[in-house]
Amino acid sequence: MNETIGIVLIIVGLAFDFFGCLGLIRFPDVYNRIQASAKCVTLGTCGILFGLFLFKGSSPAGIKALLCLLFIIVTAPVSAHALARGAYLSGVKPCKESVADAYGEDKVRGKPHTS
Amino acid sequence: MSRTVRWLIGAILILGTAISIIYLPIPSMMRWQSDFLSRSFLWLLFSAMLCMWRILRGPTAPDRAVAIDMLGILIVGFCAILSLSTGKDWYIDIGIAWALQSFIGIMALAKYLEGKDFDE
Repeated sequence: MNETIGIVLIIVGLAFDFFGCLGLIRFPDVYNRIQASAKCVTLGTCGILFGLFLFKGSSPAGIKALLCLLFIIVTAPVSAHALARGAYLSGVKPCKESVADAYGEDKVRGKPHTS
Repeated sequence: MSRTVRWLIGAILILGTAISIIYLPIPSMMRWQSDFLSRSFLWLLFSAMLCMWRILRGPTAPDRAVAIDMLGILIVGFCAILSLSTGKDWYIDIGIAWALQSFIGIMALAKYLEGKDFDE
């Protein structure tokens, strides 16, 4: 039973990895691409690692897979936020179709933004 | 070449490669493991190739940084599947170490893109 759920989770993870990479190619903008890559992390690689944990049970390999999952799920939003902020401050504008730019409006209006 | 023709060529290439990975018989050099695991190997390699295309062709520097971040995440999943197919436990250690150094590298890249010094 556990191995069946593990194989299903691994297949879902592989599919989400592929769709994340497809979004990395197809989206028009840096910020949209960052969003696609965050989806790829959360359901893709974490799905593969949780399927591995279901395969191995509570052996050392399974516990290490769970630890790796926890580390990835904590650090991926931090790196995505840092990349988006760095991209905005280095002068990359959002694409033409985007409708809101709250960070730029705050900077124009003179609000102090916490760094 | 017009935009529609390029879109069609890209869609045919990507869909054809994905369907051939799923349905075609695997080559004889990958017979040392089970069928499902070698197909998932090829699938992850194809996703990594799409990331490499964005690294080569990204218009700005943050595009390449995002693609490098995603390549590190894909390599962690690759290590997990490699550990499942060979039965060795230490491939997951490689995955943990890769995730650590990828996170530190991406933070340094983001700080560099802001245009500040590293001690601010």
